[in-house]
Amino acid sequence: MDINWFHADYLPWLILLFPLVSFLVIVLFTSKNTVLSQVVGLGGIGVSWALSMVLFVKTVWAADPALGERVYGSSLDWMSLGAYTFRMGVLVDPLTAYMLLMVPLACLMIFIYSVGYMRGDAHNSRFFAYISLFSGAMLVLVLADNLLLLFIGWELMGFCSYSLIGFWAHKKTAMEAGVKAFMTTRVADMLMLVGIGYLFLEARTLNFRDILYNEEMLHHLASTDAILFGGSVAGLVGVLLVIGTIGKSAQFPLHTWLPDAMEGPTPVSAMIHAAAMVSAGVYMVVRMFPLLSAGADFHHFDYSTPMVFMGLIGAITALGAAVLALGQNDIKRILAYSTISQLGYMVAALGIGAWVAAVFHLINHAFFKALLFMASGSVIHAMEHGEHHAAEHGHGHAEHEEPDGLVMDYVAPPNDIQRMGGLLHRLPVTAITMAIGGLSLAGFPLLTAGFWSKDEIIAEAWHGMTNDPFPLFVLLALVVAAFLTAFYTARMWLLTFWGQPRTPAAEYASLGTFRKQWVVWWNKRGWNKDVKLMQEPTTARDRLSFAQMETPLIILAFFAIFAGFIGTPVYHALHDFLAPTLLEEPLKIDFNVLPMLLSMALALGGLALGWWVYAVKPLRQDEVDPTEKALGPGVWEMLQNRLYIDILYRRYLLRPVEWFSVNIVIQAIDKETIDGVLETIAEAFTWLGEAFKRFNTVVIDGVGDGLPRAVGDFGAWFRQVQSGRIQQYLLYVTLALLALGTLFLVQVR
Amino acid sequence: MYDLLPIDFLTLLTFLPLLGAVIVFVIPRGRENWARWTALGFSLVVLVMTIAVFYNVQSDPPGPGQWAFEEQAEWFPQLNASWHIGVDGLSATMILLTGILVPLAILISFETKERVQANMALFLFLQTGMLGVFVALDMMVFFVFWEIGLVPMYFLIYLWGGENRRYAANKFFLYTMAGSLGLLLATQLIGLSVESFDIPVMMQAWPNFTGSSGEILGVDASIIKYYALLGFTIAFLIKIPAWPFHTWLPDAHTEAPTGGSMLLAGVLLKLGAYGFLRLAIPLFPTEWIIRRELFSLQYNLVDVLGFLAVLGIVLGALAAWGQNDFKRLVAYSSVNHMGFVVLGLAVAALMYGTVWAEQNNKWGLMGDVAGVERAEATKTKVDEVYPVELRESDRDDARIALNGAVLQMFNHGLSSAGMFLLAGALYHKAHTRDLRRFGGLWDIVPVFGALLIFVSMASLGLPGLNGFVGEFLIVSGSFKAYPVYVFLSLFGLLVTGIYILKGIQKLLHGPYNEEWAEYDRTEHRLEIERREVIALAPLVVLMLITGLYPNWVLDVINSGVVRFLGG
Repeated sequence: MDINWFHADYLPWLILLFPLVSFLVIVLFTSKNTVLSQVVGLGGIGVSWALSMVLFVKTVWAADPALGERVYGSSLDWMSLGAYTFRMGVLVDPLTAYMLLMVPLACLMIFIYSVGYMRGDAHNSRFFAYISLFSGAMLVLVLADNLLLLFIGWELMGFCSYSLIGFWAHKKTAMEAGVKAFMTTRVADMLMLVGIGYLFLEARTLNFRDILYNEEMLHHLASTDAILFGGSVAGLVGVLLVIGTIGKSAQFPLHTWLPDAMEGPTPVSAMIHAAAMVSAGVYMVVRMFPLLSAGADFHHFDYSTPMVFMGLIGAITALGAAVLALGQNDIKRILAYSTISQLGYMVAALGIGAWVAAVFHLINHAFFKALLFMASGSVIHAMEHGEHHAAEHGHGHAEHEEPDGLVMDYVAPPNDIQRMGGLLHRLPVTAITMAIGGLSLAGFPLLTAGFWSKDEIIAEAWHGMTNDPFPLFVLLALVVAAFLTAFYTARMWLLTFWGQPRTPAAEYASLGTFRKQWVVWWNKRGWNKDVKLMQEPTTARDRLSFAQMETPLIILAFFAIFAGFIGTPVYHALHDFLAPTLLEEPLKIDFNVLPMLLSMALALGGLALGWWVYAVKPLRQDEVDPTEKALGPGVWEMLQNRLYIDILYRRYLLRPVEWFSVNIVIQAIDKETIDGVLETIAEAFTWLGEAFKRFNTVVIDGVGDGLPRAVGDFGAWFRQVQSGRIQQYLLYVTLALLALGTLFLVQVR
Repeated sequence: MYDLLPIDFLTLLTFLPLLGAVIVFVIPRGRENWARWTALGFSLVVLVMTIAVFYNVQSDPPGPGQWAFEEQAEWFPQLNASWHIGVDGLSATMILLTGILVPLAILISFETKERVQANMALFLFLQTGMLGVFVALDMMVFFVFWEIGLVPMYFLIYLWGGENRRYAANKFFLYTMAGSLGLLLATQLIGLSVESFDIPVMMQAWPNFTGSSGEILGVDASIIKYYALLGFTIAFLIKIPAWPFHTWLPDAHTEAPTGGSMLLAGVLLKLGAYGFLRLAIPLFPTEWIIRRELFSLQYNLVDVLGFLAVLGIVLGALAAWGQNDFKRLVAYSSVNHMGFVVLGLAVAALMYGTVWAEQNNKWGLMGDVAGVERAEATKTKVDEVYPVELRESDRDDARIALNGAVLQMFNHGLSSAGMFLLAGALYHKAHTRDLRRFGGLWDIVPVFGALLIFVSMASLGLPGLNGFVGEFLIVSGSFKAYPVYVFLSLFGLLVTGIYILKGIQKLLHGPYNEEWAEYDRTEHRLEIERREVIALAPLVVLMLITGLYPNWVLDVINSGVVRFLGG
């Protein structure tokens, strides 16, 4: 067979192959050599990124409404099942192409950043092996042409996130966080697996095109009654798939794993929160949207069960996580809750049918959230450095007691924004890029990517509001969440970078070097004359590391701004490009100035409030955080303890089952009941045996004592026969034969 | 090409290991290495032959009513039993599994230092027993090999096992013998009734057999058949082992030597499931699906079987979670995983009975399946309630489930053998299996750690590796027949995740373990040995290949499944 691997039909195989091959190469061959492993890892994702760009350009070039009907792709026979054959393959349509713009790029940035961030770690090779597998799995998921292959990528990512969150496995907290992530998502994944299985039974295929592009099939699925719970097949399958997303994209009530996932190295957080994992959940429901909305006409405010389910879950999550983000002091945990909240936006958007807006926000969010996480990683690195430095100079202790296991309100000192302050001058590049990311997250009007996508979601909800209470509810939740988002983002950034250092650690925090030009430039303008230059000796290798960590931030900052301009209400290239992906032409709502003004007001209002509280009079050492004061101790404590949801799960779900398995299943059922019954039977037989033995000695032996004696005598006599003389034996044989022969003759006659 | 040999190929395959066993057994003392390598050599030759069988079935799958490599010779005419053997897609897969696992178990058993000749001979002897069961097409042949397989395993546990080996070996032996008793009686009953022990003949004659005037041995035929079914089923359920007949397994596994555990989990457990496919389901189509009533609760035996499967899945997983002994944990995981096989078998039994009833125009029986009152059940009525298209579609579902069940048997053979190999490798060096004493080993044993994670993930059913494909097919194929059971078994799958992660965590994760590092430096290297890696490598490769491209084995299985649930 002659295959041109660079044709757009086959190129996807190569794209997903390279990171997976890097994983194998690192595991099998280069695990002893850190540098080589990094080169292999970077090479794999680099080639993959380059090929993705080729494919992306090809798709954009060919972008016409016909691409919705004919897509790139190829497949092979994978399973023979009765008369059916299950085919496994890849597919590129506009949605995939758009994902390909983001995923490999974000992964590549994370890889580059990791080279700097993980310097000196003993398990660098292992780390690069895992993130190669991680990105490979995400690419499998994005390029899959059927739900089963998507699920394979989905679960592989689950495994990678488990391994990477628990990467520092010597720490109990990290280990527990990894298990928690894996098990929480597994709850959802198992239900999703049933959904996939059921869909397979009803549709006899899992191919996206065959199910989602097939009116007849969708109608069949929407009109057949489900085997359980009432409703249609499409409804049941849809809800089960959405549950998968709830787990993967950390939606309420399965969101608890994500804040703990911060135990992993920071590049992993970026990977989970931006490039892969949580995006996968939203991507899947977007992909399956025609099935989820089957049988309902949402353009006319008739929503299907899975859609309502998504809308409610998304809205609750967006709001709840935003509230939780207010009450955190751990910089990464604030970002984690903001991820949950933003994913809630996307899920809610799907609930009201705005799938283009959801995808738009997904990609923009990935860019600015990857940026924010990596920037926070730089901050933490700098603070760790500061802790050491401060300890050397006799201020406080660098060594702090790590908690034994996951503790909810414990904040590691280098992550604590209350201990920071004034880092702007010490980490200018990080501070500015993080500001850009933060503004994008807050939805700063007109300039940032986050504004345009968030605005589109709010506009769609606004559009539905007057006709149905459901979009109104979604809108209200999202509006409040948007305001809170702007506020907590401002709080986070200002507490970190603004004002004066609040601890010695913050005073000495640095990535090992200063940007001399920055301080000179700053002083020339007469601002903050007291900024001092504390140059420390750095090696060339150090500078390389800092460059490796800062370059990705700058590149992503570019995307955090400019990725949004393809989807504004005036210029909607993205909408036109994505629209043919799904069978149904998405509604292009008319431009309405009211929701846009609302979005602007929310973002600016939240930011302004943050500025007023934290920048006008920066928080000083030993002052209580105004937010904490405003919320009051009760609410603050509740937020710190994550509304007690984690405790609830542990105490009322996990513990009882564990107790049940040890005490009931193993002890009471297996040991005592089953083996107990068997042992009773065995004892009964033993007793019976003993009884027979007794019977033998008393009765039979008593009566037949003579018999053995007689046998013994016979034996003694018979022993003489065995003389060992052949002639005698022959004689006996002959006699016996004669006797037998005679007997035989008599018989025959 | 196979006819060039003077003896029939399959017969040779079956008895070659036995010949090897005899040769190895008489190798003189002091030549232990000869014994080891001869045994390995024989098992490798057998492996090549099993691959040939598998390949042959793959390229030319036997059609309905046909058998590949079929051979029939006079054997025991007084009993109406003959030496009748042959393979189809189902048995070819199991034969291949046996061929793969025995050399690896022998290679692992190179570590045995005492009575090496006997040890090696027993492994080969065991292989004859297992292969014999898989090729048998005669009930007596089947039974003889079934029993033969028991003896070497008993001695392997009894002579080379751990501290508590006598108790474990006796429990194993008595448990299985108790099952065999029922199997033997039921076999005799059927054999004498239809005057043949030939399995294809019995499959035709016995389901329709009602004795003279509806009575067998003076008792109502349906009652006799019910007890005959129980005889078969309990014997097979013990072997699988299904809940609640499983308590011999943790003890036997924990005490067995590593190679013995590998074969016990890898192949011997499959004999039970195979028995269902070859005998218990085809011989009793009516009995499985006929509607019964208990306290006005309507059920059939397939429901009961499925329920036991779910209990095995859930309780097996929970029991595994509660273990602190690594080998016991892995042993209970077998109960959990084989539960899925039983679930698939239940769906297959339901469909086999339905197809049989339809083909034999048993509309009353069809009514039981469709939920029509026995009195009103006519073809028209049944077709109305349970239309032909729906039956066709349900049969396709059952094919999916049965494909999954047989694939799961194969996969469990690979991954459980791998897990026991790793558990044994560690135990052999550390002399303890107590998970509470480990932790933080990963930096001491990096290669072992990586392999453990890989095999654990295969066992957990991580997509991309073998275990997932089988589980997906079973869950999918059973969903319409038993939606509630499937949802319950999901809970088991969830707990599977917990106990697998517990195993990894308790062994590898945690702070660097100074105590074992010291042990590693001074007493015994803990890292997995080269020989063990070589024995594990084929399993790892197969797990990956089966996960990425299951069709290499699935199309053979599918040919057998289509034959089994044919039209």
